[in-house]
Formats: sequence, structure tokens, C-alpha cells
Amino acid sequence: MDNLDPTPSAPTVQMQGLTKRFGTFVAVDDLDLTITKGEIVGFIGPNGAGKSTTLRMLCGLLRPSAGSAFVAGYDVARHPEDVRAHIGYMSQKFSLYSDLTVRENLQFFGGMYHVPRREMASRMAQAIATAGLEGREDALVATLAGGWKQRLALGCAILHRPPVLFLDEPTSGVEPEARRHFWDMIHNLAGSGVTILVSTHYMDEAEYCNRIALINAGKLVALGSPGELRGRELGGELFEISCNMLGAGLAKLRQAPGVIDAAIFGDKLHVLLRDSATAIGLPLLLSQGGIIAGSPNRISASLEDVFVQLVSRGHVEGAHP
Amino acid sequence: MIGAATDIAVHVQGLIRRFGSLSAVSNVNLDIARGEIFGLVGPDGAGKTTIMRVLAGVLRPNAGTVTIEGIDVVSMPELAKSQISYMPQRFGLYEDLTVAENIFFYGELFSVPRAIRRERTGALVDAAGLRGFERRLAGQLSGGMKQKLGLICALIHTPKVLLLDEPTTGVDPVSRRDFWAILYGLREEGVTIILSTAYMDEAERCSRLALVSGGEIHHCDTPAKLKQAMPGALLAVSADNPRAARDALVGAPGVLGLLLMGDRVNVRVDDADMREPELRERLAGRAIPVMAITPVEPAIEDVFVALLGKERRDG
Repeated sequence: MDNLDPTPSAPTVQMQGLTKRFGTFVAVDDLDLTITKGEIVGFIGPNGAGKSTTLRMLCGLLRPSAGSAFVAGYDVARHPEDVRAHIGYMSQKFSLYSDLTVRENLQFFGGMYHVPRREMASRMAQAIATAGLEGREDALVATLAGGWKQRLALGCAILHRPPVLFLDEPTSGVEPEARRHFWDMIHNLAGSGVTILVSTHYMDEAEYCNRIALINAGKLVALGSPGELRGRELGGELFEISCNMLGAGLAKLRQAPGVIDAAIFGDKLHVLLRDSATAIGLPLLLSQGGIIAGSPNRISASLEDVFVQLVSRGHVEGAHP
Repeated sequence: MIGAATDIAVHVQGLIRRFGSLSAVSNVNLDIARGEIFGLVGPDGAGKTTIMRVLAGVLRPNAGTVTIEGIDVVSMPELAKSQISYMPQRFGLYEDLTVAENIFFYGELFSVPRAIRRERTGALVDAAGLRGFERRLAGQLSGGMKQKLGLICALIHTPKVLLLDEPTTGVDPVSRRDFWAILYGLREEGVTIILSTAYMDEAERCSRLALVSGGEIHHCDTPAKLKQAMPGALLAVSADNPRAARDALVGAPGVLGLLLMGDRVNVRVDDADMREPELRERLAGRAIPVMAITPVEPAIEDVFVALLGKERRDG
């Protein structure tokens, strides 16, 4: 995508050899990543992969042990306060004060982010309009439905017009239609030039990102659009098989030659094969264990398949605290 | 009160629960067969937890009947509880006890004989991938490991019906697969599992689903049949500039819905075969380069939005 752009935009977030150690533990390990203006990039990884540590460094809250990071042109190690003045941060769970009204929340965040006094009224009105909260300015946040809370939280996070916005699992648990509306807003913000970093381990949030950076054990293990990751990163061909005894079928397949991995998915088995030619023999193999199976169907991988595959390669659970 | 032998493990009829003037659950009916993995799927606040708590016998309904393995949960909650294991959203792990001590504690609580407890603990610890962590304090486990420890504790006795309220919230996909492998194993032992989730993608793994919204069950079927019930079909339009593609498709004939994703637009159309060339032509006419237009299987979220979108608008 980048090289098709005739006027390449300046990077808004740039990490070079970014590293964070806690004692002997390396939480973030030599991360290189450049994000251009108006991009939506997903930071995806399992719990403990180093996503939060990276975000905290990018927000200027934690000093890197080595390497550098620039956000909106500011060095996070040398000018953390400038960094913080140029970013917005939103997490669906913790961003708002439930016992304050809509208006009070906006006033609070406006004050915290030093929104100029003369602009406060117009920006608040805009945030309220965008969130669809006209007429509810005096409602306590606790009484709002999830979708509204989320849009208000976004309004608060961008009241000071930051060029870079960080979103932490922004839409988990929100009503599907409200969630889609939210992502439309995010795409519109990106269209107006805001650079957006989303940290999540929910694959359906990752699908909304232009590029995904998959982080595991502090390292960048894959980078690309959702389509590119699905197409390239699996290391095999994915098939689905129906059978009567899923547990026994799984055990049998995991030991079979040419099988990279197998997992139960709903009432079917997903099996990743080194070579698609192996697929045709699988029902016979299963029948030798007394398992009745249908013929395998080639399926396209989901992002979750890719994620699990990349993370389990050379990953031992518990290697991180 | 004990029903005749049937394949029905859980029967719910006319369930109503109000909190003051708020109707949290209204007129829910369910029949869940033995050995099902049944999913209650809906966003936060849809009423899933209230249904689970009534099923678990910890919350009395205002109206309706609930029987579990033939036992009336409302009139005989203690007897019903002997058939059930219930894992609430915040399972009561003791953070200052180790993994092994938590499991031991729940084994004592459920009066599980020592030999059985030892055997089950070993099998569950292995299945959960917690081997080697027995001496770690529960408070020092990652989110996914905590959830798996909660599940082990809930399963240390052998329930006929397992109730899991949002068991995988905060759990990453790798731990989530471990968690589901345990559930499928239990299902093969004949345990009936009912779980609630706000994650539409997770719902695909259930044998049957109820779409819950506004305290009601709107549609209840297998994931495959729910997908067939979605009006129209989905086409994925992959483009370098998906935003421009989306804008160009607004108002195109036969388009029922447009969703802008990271590297494509998901377009719900009334008829995929008929509309595909039309979409291609419309995009070409506006000089928007398209890499591919491919039919895609709807996800449960697409079904949810298509079926419930008109019935319930936010606010």
C-alpha cells in the first residue's frame, strides 16, 4: 500500500530497535516499525506479549532501555510531555467517569488535555454531535448504553485533536451495530489524517486495521494487511473435517504424518497440512481408529488460525510472567 | 418433580426476571439437549448473566419454570446445584493461594473423594497447560491461566451441567483454544455445557446458539443454520483504497449493508451472482482499482446485525 502512494506521508510513529527490559526479562525486544499518517495499525498479540509495555513507551510513560521511538515527531525518551500532548488514548473499559455527566466528562478531559478555553464549547458540541448524545448532556454516564459510552469515550480522547490516537481493546463486549458504527468513526478519523494504533487480542478488531503487527514474546513476528497475513503466514494448507468422535479424531490427526497442527472448531476439526495432497487419505486414517469422518474441505484461514500458528511456533506458555 | 427420562438436560419456560422497573429477561424459552455446547450470545447488558444466574439457582425468577436434569431449580435449588457447576464471570479464586491449593480447596468444598480428586486434578492440569505452575500463586497468573484455573476448580467435581458465564473474557486466542479443547473433552463425557459470550467469533464453536438482545432470545439455531438465515449474501471487495470503494458503493442497487474493514469492504447484497458484476462495473466506472471481489461466508456478527439490526437500534 505504501509504495503505491505517490506522495509518501511522513511517519507519525517510528520505532527503531525499541527495547524494554525489566531486570533480566526482555519485555520488548528490538522492535522496528514505522507507521504513516492516517494508517490504522493493530498491535496484536497474546497476553504478556509486550503490547502494553510498547504502548506505555509510545505514550511517554515508560522509558525505553534501548532504541528509540518517535511519536508525532517527538522523542518519547527526551520529550515525553510533548508526546503526551499530541496523543489521545481510549480504552473501552476505563476511560470515563460513570458518576459524572456527559458534559462533566468532556469538561474534565478538555481541562486535562489543555483544550483552549475559547474552543472548548465548540469542541464539546462537536463531540456530543458525533456521539449522537444531543439532549443527553446532563445524563450520568452510568446510565448510558455501551455504544454511547464508547462513542463518548472516543469524543473525550480526541477533544484536543491529537494527530495520534491509541485504542486499547476499544470495542470488546459492545453491541455489534454500535461497534460497526464506532469503527466507521475510526476510519473517518484516519481519513482525516489521524494515525491510529489499536492494541487488542480480539481478531475481529484486528480485521478493521489496515496493517497488523503481530507481537509475541516482545518481538515483531509478522506484519501485513489482514489479507496478507491470512494468505501467507500459515505455513501450510488448512482443511476442515467433520467426524463423530472429535476428541479421538483430534488425537489421531495430531500424530499423523504431514500434519502441522489440528484443533477442534465447533463440531468439526481444523487440520493444517504441510501438503494438500495428504488430505484425501485422512478419512481412511481416522477410520482405522474407529472414527467416521467426512471428506476434508479446503478452507481459508481465519486471522485466529494465523495468530495461533505464529504464536505457538517456538512459544512456550509461561515464558512470560 | 423429577421428570421422566428424556434427552433434555435443561428446560426453561416463560422465564421473566425484573430488577425494579427494569426488565432484564423477558419470556425466555429454551430446551437444551444433553451433550450440547449451547451458547448465549449477545452484547454486554443483553441479559445473558441474568439467565445464567437463574439457571444456576442463585437468582429467583419473577415468573417461569427452570428444570435441570428434571429437577426444578426454583423450588429445589440445593438439589439442582448438585447437578450443576457454575463458573461466574469473576470466579472466586484465592489469589494468595497457589494453583494446587485452590484446586485442593474446591475439591474439599465439593467433598470430592481424595483418589478421584487426584486423578481429575492431574488430567485437568495437563489439559489446561498448567503443569509446572502448581506452586505459583493464583494472583500471579496471566488472565488466560486464571480462567483455566477457574475452570479446573469448577470441574473438580463431575457436574452434569456446566454453566460458564463469559469464561473467555480477557483470554487470548491461544489460551482460548486450550480452554475450548477442555470443553469438547467434557462434552464427549456427556456433560451439557451452557456458556455466555459477547464474542461473536467464539460463538461459532458452539453446537447451538441463542442470539440474546434486550433480555430476549431472538433466534436460536446451529451456527450453520443461522448463517443460512441471514438475508442476502456477503461479498468481500478487496481494494487498495477500501474507503473510496465503500463510498462508491453507497446506494448501489441491491446493497443491503456496507462494512469498511482494514483492507476490504464487506458488502451485503440481495443476490451475489447478480450483483457481483454490477459492483465491479460501478467501481470501474469511478476509476477505483479493485483487487478481487469474492464471496465470503458470513460471520455470526454479520448474522446478528442483519437479523437484529432493525429490531433494536442503539437507544
